Amino acid sequence: MCATCGCDSDAKVSIHRVEKPQPLNIDTLLLTPIEPAPTPLPNGRKQIDLEQDILLKNNLLAERNRGYFLAKNILAINLVSSPGSGKTALLERTLNDLIGKESIYVIEGDQQTSNDADRIASSGAPVVQINTGKGCHLDSQMISEAVNQLNIQNESILFIENIGNLVCPAMFDLGEQKRVVVISVTEGEDKPLKYPDMFQSSQLCIINKIDLLPYLKFDLEALKSYGRKVNPSIEFMELSCTTGEGVTQWYTWLENQKHRNLQFA
Amino acid sequence: MHELSIVMSIVETAEEKVKEHHAQTVESIDLIIGDLAGVDSHALDFAWEAAVKNTVLQTAKEKIIHGSAARCIECDCEFQIKELFDVCPLCGEPLLQIIQGKELQIKSMILN
Ligand SMILES: Nc1nc2c(ncn2[C@@H]2O[C@H](COP(=O)(O)OP(=O)(O)OP(=O)(O)O)[C@@H](O)[C@H]2O)c(=O)[nH]1
Ligand SMILES: [Mg+2]
Ligand SMILES: [Zn+2]
Ligand SMILES: [Zn+2]
Ligand SMILES: [Zn+2]
Repeated sequence: MCATCGCDSDAKVSIHRVEKPQPLNIDTLLLTPIEPAPTPLPNGRKQIDLEQDILLKNNLLAERNRGYFLAKNILAINLVSSPGSGKTALLERTLNDLIGKESIYVIEGDQQTSNDADRIASSGAPVVQINTGKGCHLDSQMISEAVNQLNIQNESILFIENIGNLVCPAMFDLGEQKRVVVISVTEGEDKPLKYPDMFQSSQLCIINKIDLLPYLKFDLEALKSYGRKVNPSIEFMELSCTTGEGVTQWYTWLENQKHRNLQFA
Repeated sequence: MHELSIVMSIVETAEEKVKEHHAQTVESIDLIIGDLAGVDSHALDFAWEAAVKNTVLQTAKEKIIHGSAARCIECDCEFQIKELFDVCPLCGEPLLQIIQGKELQIKSMILN
């Protein structure tokens, strides 16, 4: 027995040369899922049985983003909603209230303008604008590029404001840890039934603009029951970005997610 | 219109496979698009026409396989699910396991 480390020195010694590791070519890894050999057909044609996910590239790159966030202990939140539900307002209030307490970064998705990013930048938080032109959703490639530009510190929170649209962004995993759907009380209670994919893939639903409730006929309980029909485990939170009512539960939720993130690390 | 992104991903994969297998074009392509995959067939057809022009898929015949199925967590029965918020037709349980319908796959291609 070896005195230093307790290993079994009687066992057969093996000496082998260690080759210099070959650099991994991530692009070929991404592009070559396992695929059976093609079946030859008459006239030089061939059939290939791919069985490949159409969104494979997006999903792989999303996993890569997620791994990056986990390794750096970054809490990445994907904010989705219809146009005008209050994603940017929520971010403005959050930045205003948490500045100095949390390190926060923002990625702003917008089809044309940089209005939202300008609103965020005036709070002093580092922000990257992604303009998608006609594109109606962000994808994991865009996030990967934006993250490169942001150079995010460990232990931060990254908010991603997606394009205002309850359909398309549901299909594109960005590598976020949590998806948060914002709905305002000026919209219909039946949004979860009309856009089930988005409500099914979100973990938290923020009901915004509750300061307007006295002026509207909005049935909060109906909204929640529709939401739970589509996603029995979705959480709800009611708040107003304008008055600040109810926002502390949002900050508590964020704090809890950060701790949960640490447990996974 | 995420259907356009979807068709563009298909075109990208088709171009890669044609190159990889030293073929000229795609003669036919089989796709599996589940009924719960969030894809609108009209939007997909529209996007397809626009996006395959001047690509290896320009003249390809496309076949789309649809379908959906769910299993009830409570009574274990299997049934065809139409919407994500459907409940079990036998016992009314809302907790279901979706066993088919979320697929978004290129099943196979014939290269020429
Ligand atoms: N009364 C009231 N108005 C609000 C509240 N939150 C946001 N708003 C208003 O709603 C409008 C839209 O808010 P934004 O934050 O720009 O919404 P958004 O989701 O970022 O919109 P897009 O980026 O265009 O999708 C603005 O005029 C806000 O001032 C709220 O809690 N109460
Ligand atoms: Mg906004
Ligand atoms: Zn779409
Ligand atoms: Zn889209
Ligand atoms: Zn049942």
